[in-house]
Amino acid sequence: MGVEVKVEGLTKKFGSQMIWNDVTLSLPAGEISVMLGPSGTGKSVFLKTIIGLLKPDKGHVWIEGTDIANCSEKDLYEIRKLFGVLFQDGAMFGSMDLYDNVAFPLREHTKKSESEIRQVVMDKMELVGLTGAENKLPGEISGGMRKRAGLARALVLEPEILLIDEPDSGLDPVRTAYINQLFIDLNAQIDATFLIVTHDINTARTVPDNIGLLYHKHLAMFGPREMLLSSTEPVVAQFLNAQRVGPIGMSEEKDADELASESGIEMPPLPPIPEQLSPSDGRPRRAQREPGAWCRDNGVTPPPGSFESEAPVPTGGGA
Amino acid sequence: MSISVVTGPARVAGGLFAFMMDVLVALFRRPFQLREFLLQSWFIVRVTIVPTALVAIPFGAVIALQVGGLIKQFGAQSFTGSAAVLAVIREAGPIATALLIAGAAGSAIAADFGSRKIREELDAMMVLGIDPIQRLVVPRVLACMMIAVFLNSLVSIVGVAGGYVFNVLLQDGTPGAYVASFTALAQLPDIYQGMAKALVFGFLAAIVASYKGMNAKGGPKGVGDAVNEAVVITFTLLFVVNFVISALYLQLVPPKGM
Repeated sequence: MGVEVKVEGLTKKFGSQMIWNDVTLSLPAGEISVMLGPSGTGKSVFLKTIIGLLKPDKGHVWIEGTDIANCSEKDLYEIRKLFGVLFQDGAMFGSMDLYDNVAFPLREHTKKSESEIRQVVMDKMELVGLTGAENKLPGEISGGMRKRAGLARALVLEPEILLIDEPDSGLDPVRTAYINQLFIDLNAQIDATFLIVTHDINTARTVPDNIGLLYHKHLAMFGPREMLLSSTEPVVAQFLNAQRVGPIGMSEEKDADELASESGIEMPPLPPIPEQLSPSDGRPRRAQREPGAWCRDNGVTPPPGSFESEAPVPTGGGA
Repeated sequence: MSISVVTGPARVAGGLFAFMMDVLVALFRRPFQLREFLLQSWFIVRVTIVPTALVAIPFGAVIALQVGGLIKQFGAQSFTGSAAVLAVIREAGPIATALLIAGAAGSAIAADFGSRKIREELDAMMVLGIDPIQRLVVPRVLACMMIAVFLNSLVSIVGVAGGYVFNVLLQDGTPGAYVASFTALAQLPDIYQGMAKALVFGFLAAIVASYKGMNAKGGPKGVGDAVNEAVVITFTLLFVVNFVISALYLQLVPPKGM
């Protein structure tokens, strides 16, 4: 079962430049959350702050009673064993082949024998579909393969929390769809808490249980997927539907003139909420909720056409 | 704006010092990375040994040339060997070692760490619960120190031999006088201080290179800048430190009576 990550009043500046201010949210245990935001809003910085690679200027990150933002170096290295992190380009160690890369955490942190290590590594390599590529060097394989190898390495220590930095950057739509499905299947298998940082809207609309949106140096909204997808809040609606009309401009924020010239234009109607991806073996995930459950519970009418798909809805699923 | 002129370099110096302290603490943390240490030692030997030998020969020769001419005017040719030994072992050996450790080994270390940094390998390592200072920096620092001492011996031997050949074959010195005068001025502590210098130079070069490499930022250009800064800072630092150690040595150790 995953671990809850509680973020309280987190503030990060680089010099005098504010990155984001007073971010408070909690990533529910065992659920998949996506952090969205226009380019340059510090999504990756947020991810690196959660894992303690960057120190925030203010605020706390609580994981199992330890404040990552203010704990000692020793505690930090200890708590990081709960994490698996997939960096943008996989961050494989260039001097080792894929097998050694994936085996690295096991050799460093466990007293497993080489044959046990082999077992685990081969399992994970198969999970991400890299069987047969064990002896390749990271420089010899494509970006998509490096990402999957990075995922295998992030998984070997059975993490409780999985942080994923832009899984779709540099990948074609088909590979992106595959890797998204992989995240869903993984979550069903290991029940870890997932945080995916991305600006791919399709990923954001179909993968997560929760969505957060960083915009203009603060957290604009964080909540269940259906809450954000049915939200008429201009920033949220604009970003989640990739429109030009709205408060987000080419450079971070539109100026008053631009906004005034748009004031007469109605925001286009919200598109239907797509169905969430479900695990490929058809069994529901633990954190999975029935489509439309949030809208019903909160008396929100979802946009017409929502939750309709040709795939049968798994019955009896949902918590 | 004017404040940053002062705080910029001060921040680098402070960061470097803090980094050095981290490395000193990590030196004693187990497990010791023997494999990495041996690999790095071998790597440093590979990039430095040939250039070192090639630099040492003209170093010895040039000293013989300078001193030989001067000493002839005093009519003290029999002391040429002694002067060459003194100059090579006390100064030229450690300085040539410093140049090569900083230029060849230091730049390689900075480039390696820089590219690891921008590929997020170092972040990945920290996230996997492994301290890159203990795992990567400490073995490199120790390897640099050990190889620096060996290189210093190499420079000393090749330098003295070069001076001998130059003096005997080209300046019509007598082989016997050259060798016999070795111990006239030089003494055993000269060798110890040469080794101590090499040890300190190896330490500083590895620390500066690692620090600069691990703090590279801004893509491939950042790596180039880091390597460049690492070499410049190391050179500056090593020449200053060399002067300080020499001055201390001359004060603390009495010269040999004639």
